[in-house]
Amino acid sequence: MSRLSSGGAIDRRQVINFRFNGTSYTGFKGDTLASALLANGVRVVGRSFKYHRPRGVVSCGIEETNALVQLRSDLDQPNIRATVLPLVEGLEAESINCWPSVNFDVGAINGWLAPLFPAGFYYKTFMAKPWDFYSRFIRRVAGLGQVPKVADTNSYERVHHHVDVLVIGAGPAGLSTTLAVARTGARVLLIDDQSDPGGDLLFDTAIIDQKPALEWVKESIETLAQLDNVSRLQNTIATGYYDHNLVIAVQTSPDESWIRERLWHIRAKQVVVATGAVERPMVFANNDRPGVMLCASVAGYITRFGVQPGKRCVLFTNNSRAYEYLSVLQEAGIKVVEIVDCRESVDDDSLKIAQLLNIPVVAGSHVVNVSGKKMVRSVTVRSINGDANLHTVSCDLVCHSGGWNPLVHLQSHSGAKPVYDSENVTFIPGKPIQSERSVGASNGRFLLSQCITDGLETGQKIGVELGYEFPEISFEKQTNDVNYAVEGFWAEDDNTGKAFVDYQNDVTRADLALAMRENFQSIEHIKRYTTAGMATDQGKMGNPNVIGIVAQMSGTSMTATGTTTYRPPFQPVSFGVIGGMERGALIIPARTTPITEWNISHGAAMNEAGANFRRPFYYPKSGESMQDAMNREALATRNGCAIYDATPLGKFELHGEDVPELLNRVYTNSFSDLPIGQGRFGLMLREDGRLMDDGVTFRIDDNHYLMSCGTGAAPVVLGHMERLLQTEWQDLKVYLINVSAGWANVCVCGPLAREVLSGAGMDRELLDSMKFMQIKTTKVAGFDVRVARVSYTGELSFEINVRRRDGLQLWELFMQAGKQHDITPIGSETSGVLRIEKGFVSPGIEGDNITNPYDAGLGWVIDMNKPDFIGKRSLQRDLNIGGERQHVVGLLPDDHNAKIADGSALVPVQAPTSGNPEFQGHVTAACYSPTLERTIALALLKNGKNRHGENIRISGLEGSFTATVTKPVFYDPRGEKMRA
Amino acid sequence: MLLIPCPWCGQRNEDEFMCGGESARVRPDDPASTTDAQWSDYLYNSTNHKGVVREWWWHVNGCTKWFVIDRDTVTHAIQPASEEIS
Ligand SMILES: [Zn+2]
Repeated sequence: MSRLSSGGAIDRRQVINFRFNGTSYTGFKGDTLASALLANGVRVVGRSFKYHRPRGVVSCGIEETNALVQLRSDLDQPNIRATVLPLVEGLEAESINCWPSVNFDVGAINGWLAPLFPAGFYYKTFMAKPWDFYSRFIRRVAGLGQVPKVADTNSYERVHHHVDVLVIGAGPAGLSTTLAVARTGARVLLIDDQSDPGGDLLFDTAIIDQKPALEWVKESIETLAQLDNVSRLQNTIATGYYDHNLVIAVQTSPDESWIRERLWHIRAKQVVVATGAVERPMVFANNDRPGVMLCASVAGYITRFGVQPGKRCVLFTNNSRAYEYLSVLQEAGIKVVEIVDCRESVDDDSLKIAQLLNIPVVAGSHVVNVSGKKMVRSVTVRSINGDANLHTVSCDLVCHSGGWNPLVHLQSHSGAKPVYDSENVTFIPGKPIQSERSVGASNGRFLLSQCITDGLETGQKIGVELGYEFPEISFEKQTNDVNYAVEGFWAEDDNTGKAFVDYQNDVTRADLALAMRENFQSIEHIKRYTTAGMATDQGKMGNPNVIGIVAQMSGTSMTATGTTTYRPPFQPVSFGVIGGMERGALIIPARTTPITEWNISHGAAMNEAGANFRRPFYYPKSGESMQDAMNREALATRNGCAIYDATPLGKFELHGEDVPELLNRVYTNSFSDLPIGQGRFGLMLREDGRLMDDGVTFRIDDNHYLMSCGTGAAPVVLGHMERLLQTEWQDLKVYLINVSAGWANVCVCGPLAREVLSGAGMDRELLDSMKFMQIKTTKVAGFDVRVARVSYTGELSFEINVRRRDGLQLWELFMQAGKQHDITPIGSETSGVLRIEKGFVSPGIEGDNITNPYDAGLGWVIDMNKPDFIGKRSLQRDLNIGGERQHVVGLLPDDHNAKIADGSALVPVQAPTSGNPEFQGHVTAACYSPTLERTIALALLKNGKNRHGENIRISGLEGSFTATVTKPVFYDPRGEKMRA
Repeated sequence: MLLIPCPWCGQRNEDEFMCGGESARVRPDDPASTTDAQWSDYLYNSTNHKGVVREWWWHVNGCTKWFVIDRDTVTHAIQPASEEIS
């Protein structure tokens, strides 16, 4: 056991039971999983990604790369950092990357085969065969963690928040900034990722004004709590910094117990990044062995959790700050046997501390190897220049400290480029691109006193900039920290073992050397080739080492080498919180019509059908197949009467004296002479001459028109006209009103349509007198309706438009009146069959962004004598260019029951069944026609217009069929039925 | 997520809008008088340069107003442009 008898912010009276890799352990309230495991003497917590080397806890914070676990007890989440996972009763976790167990791992054979897995291994090896071949083998052992197999049923939500100042991080710098900003009266939000404020001070024994630093934290929080203009969120981590000062943060365990996580979209006039710094590892052979830990983290485990991570320790460092932690280690009963300092001349402050604690300092030397596999047993030390000082020290803990890395990630997200600070041997925030400032350790001010001063001064500046007053306060604070002195150190060791620069992705110094030997020069290329810094930790610990080593090997400076770009998220984010409430049925809320409920309760097979409407596909009776139902519905339409819900069709009212001019410009044909009460089929093109939509526009009154268009095309058509009216043609006097959702539209069609409607109470004389394409305003059973005689089925057909709220009553009235005629509701699949039989071109199906109206056989709708219309010039261009084009044709397969998949290829009849026959077109829509009692299809075929009567082969997923090319119309070619 | 200044609604999130492209691309007054090459250039080509671009934006998921802004394609700094200019 490694738990100290006293100390730490844990509650020793509250014992917590948990399981790790199947074994039961106990910890205390206030522990993280990592601290509890260390307290239980668990050294190996996982296996590495590529070589499956045993790994132990390396840090005590968000930067952790090794202690990643699969959290079985909570949604089976993969890759959770044990170092920030609060210990709760019943917690159950497992190591990742190991099979069958963490102590005996089959994948570790990758370690023995290590020479086979250098940088770029995947790129080089897997070129020989298709990836599918290799993936079978690789997938079993690759990847971090396992995808959860159970659905996440928790609740998540998203909030938008606007504030004057957002401060990210409640460490000494963030708290000081918030205190100063708050005094000015500006509205400020302070967010912090830990459960308690204080940042690194929670893990430290620092003194501020002769008091423990946490006292100062407590007082500061109390001050802030009394101010109305300050809000604070704990357990809230900023994960990304986007354009126009938008910061996205994830709040875990909010006060509301029914919300698991909350996503904050925070817009701030000013953002203050106070995310602190993390300690950097030293790079030496076997620096990943369990028991090799970051120095400040070891002190952190002692101070915060009362855990002693080892008994006999060697410190390997390049900086003075590591010395500050020595007294903490000694007081916790850890014997520090030696300090290996790679600096030739160690600074006086450091030497003084070592002397006081009676620890020998071996200067100008470095650790060149570590022995022990699942636990450190000893280290080998040697002087940097030559073999002097070569000796071995036995120990069970190596504390290493390579200096500090400011967490510049969020600033980098915001668009700024980090710059190299040679004095502190690290990258610090560059010139801000957005309204943003970095303070404290994240700004390269590593001393506690600097953090506080930097925060207070920055807070004051921001408040004044935002136009607030600032009262006099003292910026000076007395702290106990010593000066920070650091020297970069990236010398080669004996190359006797792997020296890791990126623990999580298993990237070594040798990989960087290999990449450079292979002439990768840009740091961005080296990063991608070796994958250094590309793991879920985004290189928080290791990136400056990668840059340092690359700079040293290439003989250039750190500045010239530069950094790679840090990208969001700063920390992994759950899919649940990204989705928020937009899941299941709410991802794209389905639109409904007044008839939707009726359809569902009458057993319709519902499906997505454009513009987010769900519509009946078909209405199966009991025992009927889909094809049976479609046949029955289609025959009822052709021979009796049918009814369908046409509400989803787009409907626009147009008012104003210039409506005819607008219609003339957006339609290919002329609308100047349309009489009142009459409709006309119109074809709308895009400016590039391709089909946008077809529909009927009616003239209701002098300056009043009603346009209809396809369901899916409705938003496109509306946008098209809105744009033209508001941008190009602002002079046109037209009001355009979208009334699509305002009217219910019930279509009654078939030879018996008049009988049904008159049975429902419509004036029979009016029905008889209405001609094709006419519109009338009348009454049915007391409802004011607009009746339009248009046909999308090829049969006699009336669309009855009524106020939305009356739609269902009207529908039920027609169902009742049609009972004696066996009125049949039909779905959109059946409408599709009727369309194909009639050869009505659908702009969304036959129009494939290449087809122009001539190709589609719609030349008769085009009036090239009009001075201009949208698409006219592009049609002229098509004509100028000429050449062979694909035309819409009909196909009659010789096999009358052929099942033809939409999209099947058209090839010459004599084409061989294998190889690559000449592609001549494709089937756009095929169906079985119960009226013709055979399969029919529409298709796009090269030069099809001139090939009627020829034979062609249809080659598709459902097989290969010969067919005759015909005109694209199979039923009532002269349209006598719909005009009857 | 950009903040787009709608002249009617004020600053709103980018996802309420659609970009309508460069406002300098104006439909020729008499398309018939253009050559095929000129017409293709109007249809398909934008200047797409680095720096400030005057663009149409449409508040489609809002008030449906079309308006013009000046957007820096590098920094994303946005200024409303006066409505008369297009
Ligand atoms: Zn608006």
